[in-house]
Amino acid sequence: MSRLVVQNSRLVDPASGLDAMGSLEVDDGVIVSVSTGPAKRAPGGTTLLDAGGLVLAPGLIDMRVFTGEPGHEYRETLASAGEAAAAGGVTSFLLMPDTLPVIDDGALVDFLIRRAKATARVNVLPAAAISRGLKGEEITEFGLLKEAGAVCFSDGRQSIQSARLMRAAMSYAANFDMPIVHHLAERSLAGDGVMHEGAFASVLGLKGIPAEAETIPLSRDLQLAALTGARYHAAQLSSAHSIELMSHAKRRSAKISCGVSINNLSLNENDVGGYRTFFKLSPPLRSEDDRQALIAGLNDGTIDVIHSDHDPQDSEVKRQPFAEASDGAIGLETLLAAALRLVHSGEVELLTLLRAMTQRPAEILGLEAGRLAVGAPADFILVDLDYPWQAREKDFRSRSHNSSFEGARLAGKVMATYVAGEKVFAHAEGEGA
Amino acid sequence: MAESSPESTEEIRPRGAWPRFSKKHLLGIAELNAFEIVDLIDRAEAMVPVSRQERKSLPTLSGKTQINLFFENSTRTQGSFEIAGKRLGAQVMNMSVKTSSVAKGETLIDTAATLNAMRPDVIVVRHSASGAVHLLAQKVGCSVINAGDGTHEHPTQALLDALTIRRHKGRLNSLTVAICGDIAHSRVARSNLLLLGALQIRTRVIAPRTLLPAGIESMASEVFTDMREGLRDADVVMMLRLQHERAAGRMIPSTREYYRFYGLDAEKLSFAKPDVIVMHPGPMNRGVEIDPAIADGPRSVITDQVEMGVAVRMAVLDALLAEKNEQNA
Repeated sequence: MSRLVVQNSRLVDPASGLDAMGSLEVDDGVIVSVSTGPAKRAPGGTTLLDAGGLVLAPGLIDMRVFTGEPGHEYRETLASAGEAAAAGGVTSFLLMPDTLPVIDDGALVDFLIRRAKATARVNVLPAAAISRGLKGEEITEFGLLKEAGAVCFSDGRQSIQSARLMRAAMSYAANFDMPIVHHLAERSLAGDGVMHEGAFASVLGLKGIPAEAETIPLSRDLQLAALTGARYHAAQLSSAHSIELMSHAKRRSAKISCGVSINNLSLNENDVGGYRTFFKLSPPLRSEDDRQALIAGLNDGTIDVIHSDHDPQDSEVKRQPFAEASDGAIGLETLLAAALRLVHSGEVELLTLLRAMTQRPAEILGLEAGRLAVGAPADFILVDLDYPWQAREKDFRSRSHNSSFEGARLAGKVMATYVAGEKVFAHAEGEGA
Repeated sequence: MAESSPESTEEIRPRGAWPRFSKKHLLGIAELNAFEIVDLIDRAEAMVPVSRQERKSLPTLSGKTQINLFFENSTRTQGSFEIAGKRLGAQVMNMSVKTSSVAKGETLIDTAATLNAMRPDVIVVRHSASGAVHLLAQKVGCSVINAGDGTHEHPTQALLDALTIRRHKGRLNSLTVAICGDIAHSRVARSNLLLLGALQIRTRVIAPRTLLPAGIESMASEVFTDMREGLRDADVVMMLRLQHERAAGRMIPSTREYYRFYGLDAEKLSFAKPDVIVMHPGPMNRGVEIDPAIADGPRSVITDQVEMGVAVRMAVLDALLAEKNEQNA
């Protein structure tokens, strides 16, 4: 593999705190030098690339992505998710185990890894199920799943209701030093609720989901994490009270972390408007006060990770009355641009924002990627922070088009994406214009 | 009661007497302003004599097709819409769709597309999911009337309730209306609160906390959990049906406890004004939310509501459809 030097770029690396003009040198898929200041002379046989002042940042690591492979390939395959990820600047994603069959067996993890290598343009990191069949009854073979290549355990969209099972899962995962990534929803309290509980839901005649459906299992999990010493990641928080609980618990343990969906960070309950099912999400979009608390949590370090919660659903299950429609929205291609709104509005610093999509997910999952450091994989992106574009259904690479940002005018776009030094995406003029 | 009752159909709805009704659909009270609400009530008032004549018909919808698409069973609402359509000369088709067969494959959108291809002029829809009627209205070319969607809205019920109140009280202003019962799961309560709120009428809701929706304070003028306090000096009491199969043990401990604290009996009603009227959208659970002696007693206007229901539905069908004809003519 040839050497590549990217010059004249604004290097932004949250892990080292670097934000300066400079160049990046890649050899054999690995970063071999990161240097600031004017460009040096490149040795012969090197491909030289002038970045024209674009931001060069580590490729994004998205900690929550669903596909339909195996089982629902018409919604999304690993290949189509890989295309969408590359276009969105996501060079690695954590693949949720909610497929048909469920990823709860070493052979299936092995299948996914091989399949992803053969078809997907970016790194696919399988999360294996915590419980067999995602049923929340018995734990899976954590050791064998880890050997097969699973990077963490998660029950995906499902939330484990039994405290006993969660305790067992955490204790056993600690044996293998593997993180538990858990979606929080107390089922009997969330009930058949479909959106944030409050006056707006009452007016629409939709059943509400109180924030306590999230804070009660969060509180339980934080206590169990302390009891077992497990590495624990609350997959996605949505309410102000959850941030308080997490902030308090983090003072006592470095092994716990949490994430937030870009949807909860940039939208609120009012976006549901006239029963728009692309905004039917789990956790639900909450109040503006909650959203503000999430932004504050991101700024003070309580929130570690921002993810896309990319969840492709076809029109058959989305074009339904609100209460009957499936949850979820796609997000790989709009993750960065939607997140950059917070930078453009002055609410979040660029380094803080990128840290939550690069360094922190890498640390939580134990990856080499997510930083511009010598020896790290050459997964990086070139970004025009101000490039104006519009998210349009016809431009989506994802097989499903259930985007909560459809039609949105965005500023900031990935111009090129590199995985292990190879270009996997280049922006084409006219797209999204 | 002052009742303007012209005898001939010509006088009832003189052509062009009403300003054109600007809406294509009637999906909810939330989409109407105070003028449109009063306009529909006035139109309904004028329809009342039609049903009291020997020849109960107006030709205004002749040649039009009305489909009653009911995903939930409702004998009385469906019947009311059917009679209303027929009295205006429309061809009325009733379609009851069992939810199970829809769940098995055909989506609401498929059903809408199929019906739309039959070129109806209006579809009257009832569905168990809030917002389902709005979704359907986006997918068809004709007018759509919401005959109840989930726990969201039931606009013709609120209009007929308002008409009933106005005919008994002679006015809609300076009244106190108390709505009592399962507010959380009631589309009737929501539509009534919206309508009364739009007309700036003082509203009270009375229910145990478990049957009040979140944010109710922003929907009603006053919220009571004590029925006697809530009924004090009320001009109108609207009782709601308790879905006791669903509520018992989950939101209330038992129907007998519910009746003790929230059932309307003579003693509790004595706190209201002496000329109070008692309403109920039906079907009633006698002995659960209302004492039979009250339901069938002198203060009850429940059967009047049923009669006004036909008038309101005639007026709504007429407002949405008849004038389009004149426009084209």
